[in-house]
Amino acid sequence: MNGPIRMRGEGLAKVFNRRTIFSGISFSISAGATLLITGRNGSGKSTLVKIISNVLTPSAGTVTMDEGGHLLEGHWPDHVGMVSPYLQVFEEFSALENLHIAAGVRGLTFEPERAEALLARVSLFPRRNDPVRTFSSGMKQRVKYAFAMLHRPPVLILDEPMSNLDAEGTGIVRQIMEEQNREGLLIVATNDLTDIGHFDVRIDLNDARAK
Amino acid sequence: MTPAQSNARRFLRSVAAVFLKDWRSELRTRYAISALLMFVVTTIAIILFSLGSEGAPADVLSGMLWVVIFFGAMSGLSRTFVMEEERGTTLTLQLLATPAAIFFGKLLFNLVLVFALNAVTVLLYAGLIAGFTIRNVPAFLVTTVLGSIGFAAAATIIAAIIARANTRGTLYPVLTFPILLPLLLTVINATRLASEGAFIEEAYGEFQILVSYIVVIVVISYMLFEYIWKD
Repeated sequence: MNGPIRMRGEGLAKVFNRRTIFSGISFSISAGATLLITGRNGSGKSTLVKIISNVLTPSAGTVTMDEGGHLLEGHWPDHVGMVSPYLQVFEEFSALENLHIAAGVRGLTFEPERAEALLARVSLFPRRNDPVRTFSSGMKQRVKYAFAMLHRPPVLILDEPMSNLDAEGTGIVRQIMEEQNREGLLIVATNDLTDIGHFDVRIDLNDARAK
Repeated sequence: MTPAQSNARRFLRSVAAVFLKDWRSELRTRYAISALLMFVVTTIAIILFSLGSEGAPADVLSGMLWVVIFFGAMSGLSRTFVMEEERGTTLTLQLLATPAAIFFGKLLFNLVLVFALNAVTVLLYAGLIAGFTIRNVPAFLVTTVLGSIGFAAAATIIAAIIARANTRGTLYPVLTFPILLPLLLTVINATRLASEGAFIEEAYGEFQILVSYIVVIVVISYMLFEYIWKD
């Protein structure tokens, strides 16, 4: 990192088939802050998360990210890590192979020690060489955390962070969130406020739907 | 190392990683390889039984070779993007790398697949179909190589488009045919020339069309892919 990271969204809106999902969303958060996105089912939480992750184009508005005042353009994969129920890992490969693939596709050198440490952190080290398709949904969710953190992203985006996790997994994720909060920027989309210790900025999509 | 060199190196590493992921996945699942081989063997067997000992003119046999290649390619090449969509890993790839790296990685995979398919098809076709002889081998090799690259390039971008559609199975050959038509007509003509033993100079015009086709398809694909891939 060359400086504190900051993310700003201005006038974000998304329209699907002439139906406005949300409009007029603006926010600004800096490193050390947590952005919470809430809203009832179908209010567009996941859509907003995808727009913030730069994998979906908004119908209006912009999302920008700068690092120490230097605008980051076209390098978002380097800066964002994401965990969500609809994000899948490559199930025919093992957990360790998945991390190898992730590093390679990012164009980075694979660090086996880091990958193994991450898998140990999410309590998957003993199963690191087993194909992911043999894992339970909770174990797959843990693989997604290792996958998202491999490149030390300054921005960690978590959509329904505790989905499928048991008590141990929930504890691990809380710890990850606390660490991310100290070092970078955390964005959480959930309706369960017990998932998240605290937040600095909140976007409630129930208020953002176009009438 | 300058920043530009470093970026180029990362890009190439990313392209290679996308290719290797697909290749290793294919070796484990053997979906595309099995589909392609089954199709090629079945089609050549049907042609063989249909022709019997009758034989057919060189232009008909040249055309039939590319019919086998066309439908063989259609049965397997869309897999590269459709597989990601079906498994829900499209978003994962979107988060990992730039659209250009994904496109060229997938193109590389399809290139390898088409070259393997064409090598098997040509060997089986030349070995089993009586009357199909290649009198100008260099011209035939150039035609096959350029034709394969053109096939892979067009098939890759169309696979990316149809992967999002509900009717992807039927849409793929229907959408691919008009885009591949100029390529098909050219390779069929060049194959006929090679089969008849024409001088390689006589096929230069066809080669120029093939090279132009490849350049146009790859450049347009590169420019359009980000829009197809993101939304």
